[in-house]
Amino acid sequence: MFDLVKKLTGAFGVSGNEEEIRDVIAAEIRPKVDEIKVDALGNLIAVKKGTGKKIMLAAHMDEIGIMATYIDDKGFIRFSNIGGISQYYALGQRVRFKNGTIGSVFYEEKLDDMKNLKLSKMYLDIGAKSKDEAEKKVKIGDTACFVGEALMQGDMLVSKALDDRSGCAVLVKVIQNMPLTENEVYFVFTVQEELGLRGAKTAAYQIKPDIAIAVDVTLTGDTPESNVMEVKCGFGPAIKIKDNSVISHPEVKRLLENSAKELNIPYQFEILEKGGTDAGAIHITAGGVPSGAISIPCRYVHSPVEMVNINDLENSVNLLMKVIVK
Amino acid sequence: MDCISLIKQLSTYPAISGNEKNLSQFIKQLFQEYCDTVEVDQFYNVKGIMRGENSNAKKVMITAHMDEIGFLVKSIDERGFIKFANIGGIDSRILLAQEVVIHGKKDIIGVIGAKPPHLLTVEEVKKAVSKDELSIDTGMKAEEVKKYISVGDIITLMSEPVALNEYRLSSKSLDNKAGVVALLGIMKELSVLKHQSDIYFVATTQEETELTGAITTAYKIQPDIAIVVDVCHGDMPEAPKDEIYTLGKGPSVGVGPILHSKLSKKIIDIAKEQGIPYQIDVEPGDTGTEAWATQVSRNGIPTALISIPLRYMHTAVETIDIRDINNTARLIARFVAIKEEELEGVLCF
Amino acid sequence: MLLKELTELNGVSGNEDEVRAYIKTRALEYADEIKVDPLGNLIVFKKGSSPEYKVMLSAHMDEVGFIVTGHGEDGTVKFKPVGGIDERILLGKKVVVGQKRIPGVIGCKPVHLQTNEEKSNNVKLKSMYIDVGAESKKDVEKLAPLGEVIAFQSKYTEMGEECIKAKALDDRVGCAVLMEMLKGTYSFDLYACFTVQEEVGLRGAEVAAYGVNADIAIVVEGTTCSDVPGVEKYEYSTELGGGAALTIMDRTSYADKKLVDYIYNLAKQHNIAIQFKQTTTGGNDAGKIQLSRSGIKVASISVPCRYIHSPVSVMSKNDFGSVRDIVQCVLNEFSKDQKIIHNIKFGGDVNV
Repeated sequence: MFDLVKKLTGAFGVSGNEEEIRDVIAAEIRPKVDEIKVDALGNLIAVKKGTGKKIMLAAHMDEIGIMATYIDDKGFIRFSNIGGISQYYALGQRVRFKNGTIGSVFYEEKLDDMKNLKLSKMYLDIGAKSKDEAEKKVKIGDTACFVGEALMQGDMLVSKALDDRSGCAVLVKVIQNMPLTENEVYFVFTVQEELGLRGAKTAAYQIKPDIAIAVDVTLTGDTPESNVMEVKCGFGPAIKIKDNSVISHPEVKRLLENSAKELNIPYQFEILEKGGTDAGAIHITAGGVPSGAISIPCRYVHSPVEMVNINDLENSVNLLMKVIVK
Repeated sequence: MDCISLIKQLSTYPAISGNEKNLSQFIKQLFQEYCDTVEVDQFYNVKGIMRGENSNAKKVMITAHMDEIGFLVKSIDERGFIKFANIGGIDSRILLAQEVVIHGKKDIIGVIGAKPPHLLTVEEVKKAVSKDELSIDTGMKAEEVKKYISVGDIITLMSEPVALNEYRLSSKSLDNKAGVVALLGIMKELSVLKHQSDIYFVATTQEETELTGAITTAYKIQPDIAIVVDVCHGDMPEAPKDEIYTLGKGPSVGVGPILHSKLSKKIIDIAKEQGIPYQIDVEPGDTGTEAWATQVSRNGIPTALISIPLRYMHTAVETIDIRDINNTARLIARFVAIKEEELEGVLCF
Repeated sequence: MLLKELTELNGVSGNEDEVRAYIKTRALEYADEIKVDPLGNLIVFKKGSSPEYKVMLSAHMDEVGFIVTGHGEDGTVKFKPVGGIDERILLGKKVVVGQKRIPGVIGCKPVHLQTNEEKSNNVKLKSMYIDVGAESKKDVEKLAPLGEVIAFQSKYTEMGEECIKAKALDDRVGCAVLMEMLKGTYSFDLYACFTVQEEVGLRGAEVAAYGVNADIAIVVEGTTCSDVPGVEKYEYSTELGGGAALTIMDRTSYADKKLVDYIYNLAKQHNIAIQFKQTTTGGNDAGKIQLSRSGIKVASISVPCRYIHSPVSVMSKNDFGSVRDIVQCVLNEFSKDQKIIHNIKFGGDVNV
């Protein structure tokens, strides 16, 4: 599992620029599925054919990042966020462009109060000495992701882009260990989730599944002085009850809960008071699809040091394997 | 059945957004009295159809949401105090000293307490309380609480409907039980009026969160016209004058860019003709109702919005005038009973 | 002058009748079919000579404005904005109310009567009113009934060597470009969609895109241009005179990269001035079109407009020409070889 997560988190895939991560995932699953395609927005849709229920499983393959918007005469680059980038998380980090160029993120020194730090007062330094030199490496519109290589300490994984490559890893593992089932299962690796659940919407429209389950990360309440939330790392996959995009369909929630009980694996309930997930878009598409989500507890979401527990990933795989044969 | 007992009955089914299953079964029974067919879909929307006289009839859809605001159990602390998450928009300030019902393995009554005023700092006295400072007290020990209540259980405001003076009624969740009662009123009117079009009545779900019920319903029914029945702000002291409507002066008819202008105008003309009191609700953009989602379903649906004035929205003492419900029903019934030819004229640009 | 006539029509969101009627009359001779959908979008269909694909062009007919929300006892009109308007620009402006174009002015307390504190703060829209010359509440209720829409009053004026000042350049410039495109003949099926209610949430485009179900879509817009004093260079969204502006990403859509590259390279090849929109704020109809049904490849090409959403928007005629030329150029290339549409839609090389 760790090797897979490392491979997936290492791939480039800022929202709207998912080509590289898509190829990496496609290579992992191609031999194991009946059909695989890329749609107009760039979603990767893999199908395990069947005659039973149509089940859609979705994990988003995009990650947050930044986009170069302006290069000044001295070669410094101004940027805009793609998805939810906190100015405080970004400060002092390295970002990597698709071609490998590394930029250091810093801010205009004149700022008198850190409270007023804004992304528009920050820039990238790629070590270029002039606009011309910078433009050889970075063009306006090019995107970059955080640098933060995956590592494992005890049973905790640390990396950038665990949101939601850890969900992608879960789906890949399910495909690689696909149980026998009558059901037709659609594994969808969606795009542009971080920009407003976009890929999931168009994917769900094409598939029109009977039921959908998103696999994504969620926040936790297990760190010092954190907000009140029952979800903890290492206490099993969290079954989503609600977030800001969806109230899980009661039948889907029940299905997940019963399956977890039958497997005798730990599970917890998730009530997330901010943020949304692909389930929210799928839920209301094409007349409605009963939807829910398995959430992987993740600390420090949208930072380069996101953390998840590897046992939660394994148990999410087990849970999904059970759910798709029902 | 009279309005008050109907609302009392509707109120006995806790139906916060996403948990409308039980209420939908009850509403199904109510619809069955008038409709030719009634079904509950997989999102618990209740759809009743009254067939019209025309063979190739137009579809007119009338929706009112049945869900209410409320809370979910978010966590239970070591002393049994319960932290909660909101479902729908709720002003934390109204929650101090509020009674609630937690619908766990059994219904449990709880109160939302407050730090005693003696202990408040000057700062705290001034500042609005935030939801995170509030907890529900059930009087039970943590062990006992956990026996009956778990994370995700729903919580509703506790409030029995009460009649105020002659025509007024106060209760929780009149937003939008009043609308559901209006749907029944329209059915009753139509049972003695001729109508050419097929009328689809839908009590929808999850309006207070993502408009899920309206989105899925409009897509599936694909109506030619939609009318949304919801509530608007009643007249209250100190509220901005152009956003409130007088209780007892009739339903407010929405006008604005996203609402079909000829449709709204026709409804107003009918109100004038029939001598039904009405008010005009100017909506410069998003109406904050199901009309927003319904209008853009598939190829687009000409949509109208009719609202019942309601005071103290999203509290346990929402207040309406039952004459407004009756007039809403009369107005909409008269409108949907117009000849289809006339309807065509309204819809063309 | 097409742009003069278009910008002097009124079409506040939800009330696009004047604009629709104008375009419809002039599009008749070029169209194979003209349809108005249930929300009022005008969809002009031009059949291709050997159609394999459907191309959608989209421009919105509506403009920002106001709506009457109340009346004062003294005969004044209370109002709210329709669409996004900077309330600071409103004091002392001329407007017209309703289809009858009743003239009115947005009044304000003269500077002499203001306290020092009032002078240093912006006036809130809530406390503004429109004076239509009525003397009583009864009068004004007749002149400007509740729900009546209000448009800016502003004459089309040419300024300097290449600039135009007008209201509603956003997005009558797009309408003008689409009308020009209808004059051509193409091998693919063309749907020129003149949409409604863009300014109040991209309403029309959402349903138009669903109805047309195109293979590829291009949105033609008027976009923000912030190359004015007080703005840092890196904050410029576009530059006046810098040519047609191509959107990479904004709040509502991420333009199809292949299509964007194709358009950019084509412009360079044909010496048409082109620039990228450098900020990622704002949004337009592309957002809804991209997410229609199974997803549609989309790009936005815009005319930079300074002081957008005001009665004095300023644009360059050269930029307008660049937008018209590049859109025409793209359509011509698609028409010559529909394989390009195929390759953009399904993946494959598209070389200029």
